[in-house]
Amino acid sequence: MKVRIDGEETTALEGQTVAGVLLGRGLTSWRTTRGSGRPRGVFCGIGVCFDCLVVVNGVADVRACQRLVRDGDDIRVQHGAELPS
Amino acid sequence: MVSPDVVVAGAGMIGAACAEALSAAGLEVTVLDRGAIAAGTTAAGEGNVLVSDKAPGPELELARVSRRRWPELLAALREELGPALAEAEWEAKGGLVVATTPDAAASLSRFAAAQRAVGIRADEIAPADAAALEPHLTRKVTAAVHYPEDAQLQPVLAATTLLAAVRARGGEVRAGTEVLGVTRDSAGRVSGVRTDRGTIACRAVVNACGPWAGSFAARVGAPINVLPRRGMILVTGPLPPGTVRRKVYDADYVGAVASGEADLQTSTVVESTRAGTVLIGSSRERVGFDDTVRIDVLRELARKAVALFPVLADVPVMRAYGGFRPYAPDHLPVIGADPRLPGLWHATGHEGAGIGLAAATGRLLADLFTGAVPEVDPEPFRVDRAAVIDGEAAA
Amino acid sequence: MSRVVVVGAGPAGMAAARAAAQAGTDVLLIDSGARLGGQYHRQDTRAGTERFTLPARVEHLAESVVWALEPVAGGHRVHVRTGPADGPGRSGRSIDTPALVLATGAFDRALPFPGWDLPGVFTAGAAQALAKGQGVRVGERVLLAGTGPFLLPVARSLLDVGAEVAGVLEAGDPVTGWLARPGGGLSAGIGKLGELAGYASVLARQRVPYRRRTTVIEAHGTDRVESVTTARLRPDWTVVPGSARRVEVDAVCVGFGFTPQLELAVAARCALADGFVTVDAAQATSVPGVFAAGELTGIGGAELSAAEGEIAGASAARLLGAHPAPPVRALRKARRGRRFAAALDAAYPVRDGWRTWLREDTLVCRCEEVTYGELRGAAREREVCGGRALKLVTRAGLGPCQGRVCGRAVAELTGIPDAAATFARRPIAAPIRLGELAEEPTL
Repeated sequence: MKVRIDGEETTALEGQTVAGVLLGRGLTSWRTTRGSGRPRGVFCGIGVCFDCLVVVNGVADVRACQRLVRDGDDIRVQHGAELPS
Repeated sequence: MVSPDVVVAGAGMIGAACAEALSAAGLEVTVLDRGAIAAGTTAAGEGNVLVSDKAPGPELELARVSRRRWPELLAALREELGPALAEAEWEAKGGLVVATTPDAAASLSRFAAAQRAVGIRADEIAPADAAALEPHLTRKVTAAVHYPEDAQLQPVLAATTLLAAVRARGGEVRAGTEVLGVTRDSAGRVSGVRTDRGTIACRAVVNACGPWAGSFAARVGAPINVLPRRGMILVTGPLPPGTVRRKVYDADYVGAVASGEADLQTSTVVESTRAGTVLIGSSRERVGFDDTVRIDVLRELARKAVALFPVLADVPVMRAYGGFRPYAPDHLPVIGADPRLPGLWHATGHEGAGIGLAAATGRLLADLFTGAVPEVDPEPFRVDRAAVIDGEAAA
Repeated sequence: MSRVVVVGAGPAGMAAARAAAQAGTDVLLIDSGARLGGQYHRQDTRAGTERFTLPARVEHLAESVVWALEPVAGGHRVHVRTGPADGPGRSGRSIDTPALVLATGAFDRALPFPGWDLPGVFTAGAAQALAKGQGVRVGERVLLAGTGPFLLPVARSLLDVGAEVAGVLEAGDPVTGWLARPGGGLSAGIGKLGELAGYASVLARQRVPYRRRTTVIEAHGTDRVESVTTARLRPDWTVVPGSARRVEVDAVCVGFGFTPQLELAVAARCALADGFVTVDAAQATSVPGVFAAGELTGIGGAELSAAEGEIAGASAARLLGAHPAPPVRALRKARRGRRFAAALDAAYPVRDGWRTWLREDTLVCRCEEVTYGELRGAAREREVCGGRALKLVTRAGLGPCQGRVCGRAVAELTGIPDAAATFARRPIAAPIRLGELAEEPTL
């Protein structure tokens, strides 16, 4: 499968989560907090903490640890709160 | 402990406002709540301080005075308590009422004209200007009225600020203390309140129990017709600042507020909070104190919000919460002395407008209590009107 | 209304679904994961095959979240969205059932400490899920800290994916706590102990240090963890002066026991005790037609969960008119398992001294970035005494996680007794897009 991560095309495997793909590429954070702009990535890994939020296909607030990648997904860093584009 | 002059039953917004105004008038005040502070209707509201949703009449008069009083009061408390404790997230953000059908446009226009005739700023603006005020608003707007006087505050912050002022002036606030009844002197006047933690001597008690004011009144032997009306609010995840700038509501809101229909009513009210979330109200149901979350109610709120702000379709709903609004059958607040029981006062029945009306309500009650001349005519809110004390058995 | 609905496909939910199906009733098994197994039997979703098989009467609804639950005449309505996590574009279904089994499990409890918001700090469960489910190691050199035997299998999983485990730090003192405890606990948990001994020997072979009465009290780094400070703990978990050590790691995983996923049980108005759902011997909750099994009712491991699930499934089937054989073995296992769970709970308590690890600027609520100082200051100055007002005054627990992570800490740090219960009330049990909510569901 091909997915885009912040504009860069990469391959992903069926059954990988977005977090799995991002961590596999050596990233540890892909979101900044609304208040102080601090970086966040996976914390709980099982869908509870909402720290790993990411923008997928223009829609923000997707939990990277819960979302399985689909072919052609466009994955972007989430800066604070974002509206759908 | 020195006996207070007045016991206020209910530490929600109305009780806090009455207690603040009474203590400002120099009275010793004790506030009691059977539960926690500001945990009932106050914690379930949006924090509306509105003139836009009221037709000309006594409630609009009270709302105008309250709208002017709120920022003055918060400014004075800032001096008294310091900025941190007086922070209530006051925002004079203005309201925008829009119609999306020709019929609604005509009635909105009539409603606004009537408000302007009594001095409310209700500026009819072109749909294009509405779009400029709210960039994410639906383009299907047929008419829009801008109400620059509408404002918002955070109710729990505001109530706790008012209670802090009461304490700072020597009053007391006690949570977890339930009023069981009143004691009377030989003349039949209130001489104290009996609580589950002992009796407190006082010369007056204020019933500020919100939707529970009816049962409180019955318990002290002077029943009033105040009943709960359930409301639900949806809360989105945090959104960027400016997504929704004002209080934006559909013109059908106006009809729902004044209606006595028991069935579910929803009308769209969309507004952002300082924390970035967007609040979506509001529903009205007469279901007693049943707090079951009904998904069909939430669905209706969601449907109408998306129609008003299409961009919200893909934002997450994070939370839903409900509360009970206190209302009297004639939909007017109940403020004043109870002639049946000297020393008993009521301040309740504000329905969904209690936050906005609190500042004027507290002042009105204190003026009546001390014999000062009130700024607002108290007559329409008097306790012994037919809607409030007739048919006592029914209540 | 003729099907048993089971929410959660971990050990408890799978066992419930099997038992109900074997009793002859149709079952709908709903789970957010793509595969069966839940956290305990986490499967690698990249592998093409499903490890578990279920009876034909069980329909497994994968990648499906129950976002709300409401009472209807004769039972409950379960509102489900199915499709890629967090939407939009998932399909909606609402299912009515007279017999609902909740097996929603639990998640790691993390205690706040300075730096716990840095990327590179994970829960132990995250490390486990990523290792087993995705073949990803959370760091090259990883330290595990917390309390309880679950840290051991996590260390094992980290070794399996090639991470260096710099140590396993147990904050408690389970030797004096657990083994010295007289009576049932030990013998009841024999099987479990065997399993743990297995992990221990793997760690010993790999020369992974295991330290008791030690923990991580701070994580350091600018944009991610570069090192941590460890310290020895007194029995009350305050820090032994002079015992702080700096350790270079690129990840730290923490777990201080578990918190049950209560929102659906709370929405159903099930009675709770000590933060868990109260059930009788048949796994029936206080609400007719609602059963609960597994970690929702107490933390006792996969075997106990499966036994409880089997009982719950049989009970649910019986409610639908089936006549399952009494689950005698499961009942016996459950009784024994609960003794073990109680012993475990007693052996690995969380001590109040953790509060001294915090500084004024330590985040307590990660979502809304509320610091310890702000939390205490606001609660104190405004004399807030209830959970609802506390949330609205401080914003703690009002962010996207809705207090799942910080709820218990906030309650303990402020001393507000009803805060934890207030935080667990989440009528929207999982996020749903406003447009999804607006759609008419298929019944």
